[in-house]
Amino acid sequence: MSETPNKITAEIVAEHGLSEEEYQLVLEIMGREPNITELGIFSVMWSEHCSYKSSKKWLKTLPTEAPWVICGPGENAGIIDIGDGQAAIFKMESHNHPSYIEPYQGAATGVGGIMRDVFTMGARPIANLNALRFGRPDHPKTRHLVHGVVEGIGGYGNCMGVPTVGGECEFDKSYDGNILVNAMTVGLASTDKIFYSAAAGIGYPVVYVGSKTGRDGIHGATMASTEFTEATEDKRPTVQVGDPFTEKLLLEACLELMATDAIVAIQDMGAAGLTSSSFEMASNGGVGIDMNLDAVPQREENMTAYEMMLSESQERMLMVLHPGKEDMAREIFEKWELDFAIIGKLTEPDESGTGHMVLFHKGEKIADLPIDPLAAASPEYDRPWVPTPARETLKPSEVKAPDNLMAALKTMLGGANGSSRRWIWEQYDHMVMADTVQRPGGDAAVVRVHGTKKALAMSSDVTPRYVFADPVMGGRQAVAESWRNLTATGARPLAITDNMNFGNPQRPEIMGQFVGACEGIADACIALDFPVVSGNVSLYNETNGTGILPTPTIGGVGLLDDVSKTVGVGFGGEGQAIVIIGETAGHLGQSQYLMEIIGRDGLSADDGAPPNVDLALERKNGDFVRAEIISGAASACHDISSGGLLVALAEMAMASNMGATIEDLSGASTPIHAWAFGEDQARYIVTTSDPEEMLERAEKSGVYATLAGTVEGQELTIGTAHSISVAELKDVHENWMPDFMSHPEAH
Amino acid sequence: MKACVIVFPASNCDRDMQVALERSISKPVDMVWHRESDLTGYDLVVVPGGFSYGDYLRCGAMAARSPIMAAIKKHADRGGLLLGVCNGFQVLTEAEILPGVLMRNANLKFICKDVELTVERNDTAFTSGYATGQKITTPVADHDGNYFTDDETLKRIEGNGQVAFRYAENPNGSINSIAGVYNERGNVLGLMPHPERLVDSELGGTDGTPMFDALLNYSGKVGA
Repeated sequence: MSETPNKITAEIVAEHGLSEEEYQLVLEIMGREPNITELGIFSVMWSEHCSYKSSKKWLKTLPTEAPWVICGPGENAGIIDIGDGQAAIFKMESHNHPSYIEPYQGAATGVGGIMRDVFTMGARPIANLNALRFGRPDHPKTRHLVHGVVEGIGGYGNCMGVPTVGGECEFDKSYDGNILVNAMTVGLASTDKIFYSAAAGIGYPVVYVGSKTGRDGIHGATMASTEFTEATEDKRPTVQVGDPFTEKLLLEACLELMATDAIVAIQDMGAAGLTSSSFEMASNGGVGIDMNLDAVPQREENMTAYEMMLSESQERMLMVLHPGKEDMAREIFEKWELDFAIIGKLTEPDESGTGHMVLFHKGEKIADLPIDPLAAASPEYDRPWVPTPARETLKPSEVKAPDNLMAALKTMLGGANGSSRRWIWEQYDHMVMADTVQRPGGDAAVVRVHGTKKALAMSSDVTPRYVFADPVMGGRQAVAESWRNLTATGARPLAITDNMNFGNPQRPEIMGQFVGACEGIADACIALDFPVVSGNVSLYNETNGTGILPTPTIGGVGLLDDVSKTVGVGFGGEGQAIVIIGETAGHLGQSQYLMEIIGRDGLSADDGAPPNVDLALERKNGDFVRAEIISGAASACHDISSGGLLVALAEMAMASNMGATIEDLSGASTPIHAWAFGEDQARYIVTTSDPEEMLERAEKSGVYATLAGTVEGQELTIGTAHSISVAELKDVHENWMPDFMSHPEAH
Repeated sequence: MKACVIVFPASNCDRDMQVALERSISKPVDMVWHRESDLTGYDLVVVPGGFSYGDYLRCGAMAARSPIMAAIKKHADRGGLLLGVCNGFQVLTEAEILPGVLMRNANLKFICKDVELTVERNDTAFTSGYATGQKITTPVADHDGNYFTDDETLKRIEGNGQVAFRYAENPNGSINSIAGVYNERGNVLGLMPHPERLVDSELGGTDGTPMFDALLNYSGKVGA
């Protein structure tokens, strides 16, 4: 859009993704017809991506408070107190649409963006996680997308020197045309050195730092707010290009400046770039900004005001400085070889109380927008929704038993969704910063708080097939599983970030999934004291009218007071006892067994309801397990999730290269395949050298615990009839992904 | 023993190296910015891992031409101890302080995992804490760790005993499974794996510790 049209036509309005009603509102706010730059600004500010117009009503229902929460949703990231004057700052954000169009750059800039959100607030990023969802393995694009996304994540995170310590990766046909790339960053800050976005100080300088502005990513936020069609391929130019080297410089320069007292407010330029960063700072501070676009560092010639305001060039920040500190700040950024430009100043609100964004370009005033009405009047919709129809619970007897139990186990562990993700995480530097205590592959990663005994545990979780079948229960389960995974390392779960990936909210059944998931997440957050402190919503994840499985990814963070107490998933030692915490009823509805062995797709009602999540039971069992870990009684712990008990046991065996002999505890109401593969919730497996005492303590606490067997030998044996060598399991488990990705289509 | 770690704009293992050195030396280790030009007074200079200038050209190529390099060369020439790890090794080969080059890994991917190394000799300042032939565990984390030299150079460095470490199982296609090399004099070592990442049992091992202990207790003359 380098030519500037004089007249705003209905066509131009539509191209900007604004509805007729929304445009009427624009006219009302402006009191005149906007020019093209002003229209562009409205369009990105009111895009779904920036305004949360469909989701706001429901996000407000999520619990966001706890005594340890310093800052909940609304800022760049959430902040929790981890004691000793330290805070953990974290958030998860999607980069789905760009990653499908241009997997390497889409994923890389997703990682760059989320790290910026975290260090904008004063934190040094200490860990990254990524939740990835791709289409079915035999879809012609899948390998190419996996290859590009993984390389992009590694390319950015590795260069930044921030370890990528965990995440998840699943394949399902619902993501064939719309993959999910959800990136999470956890950072560490001092509680007395946290930076916010609210601008203050009339006349104070507004400073631009980082990379120069180019024409990349114009309208990225708008793209992320529509469905995909065949024509989307044409949107390739709107994907931004990442430069991790510049981001590393920006990180170090910002942290160096933050150690002084120069910064009043700071905001990174993410989606909608200069527009959203300047509006957010002004709006949060109740001030206006006079901005001189001629001073904006530019990478390309003859950029228009429209292009500069809508560019999504990466690695840029906007700050308000205390007057008199400009030279000192400039010196720091010049040391790091970054641009530093004073591009404006804060101004007084007008008589009606709103600040104005006034833009000057080539000596002329080219835009004047009232900030509060634009921000406050951003549309909020109560979209019509219908609840997802309830499903009947599938009885174990209704699900066929496998011909051979261990062959079924092998199929599950060696399949697309049950196999090892080593091929992915060995491409990520997961050890840099030298604080990674539990590396990828376990329930949760554990990263030491540098220079202390403390550590943060972190994990990302959701089971989309559960959410599809029952959004409320699936929402609960995602939070409960996150809580369980943190608990299984011995950590005290503290808070979550949620990344809500859904289809088109204008379809009532999709909106119903969103509403249901929010309800479930809220239930679990309250019951587990595990509030939402940050999050991101990604809607319109549809291609040609087909939505993805609803995927509310939960990123959880927990705290270990003493990292030496943590345990991993590998069996604790030869001869130790294996204890199962929680009751096994054999729930096979929407289970991995049903998908992978019976071959169902989970989309029809007769695939059954997902497992029930009893939150009081989760809490009771989890608190017991955590205490056993911290006291040193439990030498290993693994939560039981997808694939059930037998898959969890096999994972513990493979992680330690040790076998186990397990008693066959199945019975008439729970046949062996339901006992082995059922996905009943609130369960863990632990190993201990003193099972009698542990069982006694469990009984006293009212916790259901069963002595199930012993760690021994090199085989995994159930009862007398079923046995397989750990080496054989490991072979199929480790080889699926390298084999899959060695196909020429991967490049 | 006075030690320092060189910091390029995108060094990212600089702190890890400082922590590992300080663990052994029990006194502060200086961080030296790449625009400095004097390393007088240091017994040990370490060029750490990372991406120096983003590694958009060849890894280490730009760093090898930065202001600090003249001082690093001078330090090596006067017999000071010089250690380059990962990107630091790439920088030292680009600066021709060490022989050979580091190419893309054979599988064209970044590889981060623990590998086993064989200690080729233990009569140097860097390895006196190990036994010759000892197997040690150290993580690699690089995209360009595939060591290569021409035949003549290979013959020379093998003949001179300049090979410091070999991979027990070659992860990246390195010629003769070479993971680290000395200069002829033996006062400079470059290696791709990261000994500084395994100096703490909480992080999975301590096989890197003997290298730092040996270096920091070293008081003898250098020379292979």
